[in-house]
Amino acid sequence: MSDFLKIQGLQARIDADGTPKDILKGLDLEVPKGEIHAIMGPNGSGKSTLSYVLAGRDDYEVTGGSATFKGQDLLALDPEERAALGLFLAFQSPVELPGVNNANFLRTAVNAVRRARGEAELDAVAFLKAVRAETKHLSMSDDMLKRAVNVGFSGGEKKRNEVLQMRLLQPSFAILDETDSGLDIDALRIVAEGVNSLRSPDFSALVITHHQRLLDYIVPDRVHVMAHGRIIHSGGPDIAKTLEKQGYTQFLEAAA
Amino acid sequence: MPAVTETRETVEKLAKSSYEWGFETDIEMDIAPKGLNEETVRLISERKGEPQWMLDWRLKAFRAWLEMEEPTWAHIHHPPIDYQDAHYFAQPKKKPGPKSLDEVDPELLRTYAKLGIPLHEQALLAGVEGAEERLPVAVDAVFDSVSVATTFRKTLAEAGVIFCPISDAIREHPELVQKYLGTVVPVADNFFGALNSAVFTDGSFVYIPEGVRCPMELSTYFRINARNTGQFERTLIIAEDRATVSYLEGCTAPQRDENQLHAAVVELIAMEDASIKYSTVQNWYPGDDEGRGGIYNFVTKRGICRGARSKISWTQVETGSAITWKYPSCVLAGEGSVGEFYSVAVTNNHQQADTGTKMIHLAPNTRSTIIAKTISAGKSDSTYRGLVRMQPKARNARNFTQCDSLLIGDQCGAHTVPYIESRNMTARVEHEATTSKISEDQLFYCRSRGLSEEDAVGLIVNGFCREVLKELPMEFAVEAQKLLQISLEGSVG
Ligand SMILES: Nc1ncnc2c1ncn2[C@@H]1O[C@H](COP(=O)(O)OP(=O)(O)O)[C@@H](O)[C@H]1O
Ligand SMILES: [Mg+2]
Repeated sequence: MSDFLKIQGLQARIDADGTPKDILKGLDLEVPKGEIHAIMGPNGSGKSTLSYVLAGRDDYEVTGGSATFKGQDLLALDPEERAALGLFLAFQSPVELPGVNNANFLRTAVNAVRRARGEAELDAVAFLKAVRAETKHLSMSDDMLKRAVNVGFSGGEKKRNEVLQMRLLQPSFAILDETDSGLDIDALRIVAEGVNSLRSPDFSALVITHHQRLLDYIVPDRVHVMAHGRIIHSGGPDIAKTLEKQGYTQFLEAAA
Repeated sequence: MPAVTETRETVEKLAKSSYEWGFETDIEMDIAPKGLNEETVRLISERKGEPQWMLDWRLKAFRAWLEMEEPTWAHIHHPPIDYQDAHYFAQPKKKPGPKSLDEVDPELLRTYAKLGIPLHEQALLAGVEGAEERLPVAVDAVFDSVSVATTFRKTLAEAGVIFCPISDAIREHPELVQKYLGTVVPVADNFFGALNSAVFTDGSFVYIPEGVRCPMELSTYFRINARNTGQFERTLIIAEDRATVSYLEGCTAPQRDENQLHAAVVELIAMEDASIKYSTVQNWYPGDDEGRGGIYNFVTKRGICRGARSKISWTQVETGSAITWKYPSCVLAGEGSVGEFYSVAVTNNHQQADTGTKMIHLAPNTRSTIIAKTISAGKSDSTYRGLVRMQPKARNARNFTQCDSLLIGDQCGAHTVPYIESRNMTARVEHEATTSKISEDQLFYCRSRGLSEEDAVGLIVNGFCREVLKELPMEFAVEAQKLLQISLEGSVG
């Protein structure tokens, strides 16, 4: 099943005030079905860029390589088509939507995805039931459903709201971009549990993090080290511990 | 394609979605010859069977109008209007009241059907006997210049509410009309108001007696139908002490190739502890992509809070017209009275809107709130003008104004022009203004959750307008939703 998510030689750049800036420089990565992988790497190495490119943000220009998901050319799809296909990105910085009621947003999204997947839409009652079960799971107050999407949410609330969306949209592949940053230990446990309980042979995830701590709770099948727009090293969960103790230097030197 | 271009295209498609309700109805018409002079005024008055005092009032207005000049200061441009090149009176030939929908002119029914009016409501609009028990909204249909039907009179009469075409009120309740007509918008108030006073042909009259809470929302569908017929509606709403009423006005119009003048006057009067809520969803033909053929909409809407603690609230969602010139206003004369203005204006293509409000604080402890949301797309141009005036006696008066503009694309314009005049040291005026664009971050965030770009724009626009849309009565919220192509929130809580 190695054809689940497959990235080969991916190159991407952004237009930084008129001058193109290469960020991804030939990135290879495979995440098989049913596995959870982690990516660790210094700030600025291109982790968020990778997640945006996979989710379909079009201010990044893909200049080389390929990415396939479930055998389809991921890069040819619109963001909403990728979502329908089962891809989900929990944003490192969730976006605020002033005036847009969170529950309404969630329901619109859930039903858009269900429609695209050929599933029946949820009516208001069924949706409420589903959402209430999840908010309870994530220790979120109902109040957060009534507020505008991410507006005035604390850092931790925003991250939980991302996990809530992930659970409602039932992706088969989720990218979590530093979902742990800014969370206290209790929130971290809740978020980790939100991911772990989705573990199944049909669910894969790519967990981007700076901290070994998260990987104590979400134990990955593999860990990849990213630097300068490439995966420079891959291995078992133990790598994370080495990184925590010794930093990225040895991997960077080895890759140089 | 760069994301920005794509967004703009989607929005253009969305805001443009060519005017579905552009059609014309062919019904036998009684039309006055083109032109405007004293004879026209006399003819209208005579056809309406009006008493002498009414004719005198009209003539006074007409003579005042002759002395006035069309205002040029608004931030809008249009070819000069030839006031002699229009008919000032047109009415469908009268037939006796139909017994069922089968007897109603099929053309009329087709018009209603195209407007998406449900069947039972069509029966009501067409004045079919016995149809009224089925609907919670009273509708006074203005089909061209004459109300084809007025409904719900029975239910309303039991509550003591008068809701009828203003021409009926002039005949049946002359004492009320004479007492209040022109007291809020005097005949010589402004150019378009004076023109309206001289030649208005119909509109609604509402009277809510002391202590009565009107048992239903009152609603009027306005249509412009006969070619080259200027439309001059006159609406007068009076709420006596402790009376409450909510009035809904909606407009659609048939497509045509000559610009059409519309100059309505609405007067609201709220006595002690009375409350009037006036909601408008306006969707007149805005013209084609080049702006040809749209409606010119010059409206004078003004309410006076005469009694202590009375309240007048204007809510409007505007998507139509080639040119809109409109400032619903409140005169706060009663101590502790409250004025509110909630507005969403959408302009696209070559539409021009110059709208806003005036809050005139005359008495102590008066309060006013202005929430104006402007969405500009295409090559449109939109100006918000808000006047807040605190008169010397307006001790401790308060105003809060918030104007937010949302720009879509980079060829449109939005201007905010606040005028603040304070002549009382203890009065306080707060003004906030923002201009924003729909950000790529927001669109991408929504799309990554499975929403199409169109739905994402709708959701964001809806969020932008939320504070205003939530002021609309439910019946109208649905219409507003259709017009803005947005999904209403509120599925929870
Ligand atoms: N929109 C942008 N404009 C200019 N530079 C950008 C933009 N987005 C990312 N970058 C640059 O690309 C590099 C990688 O960023 P990012 O993907 O956010 O890294 P990470 O998530 O690993 O910290 C950084 O040097 C960053 O400054
Ligand atoms: Mg990052």
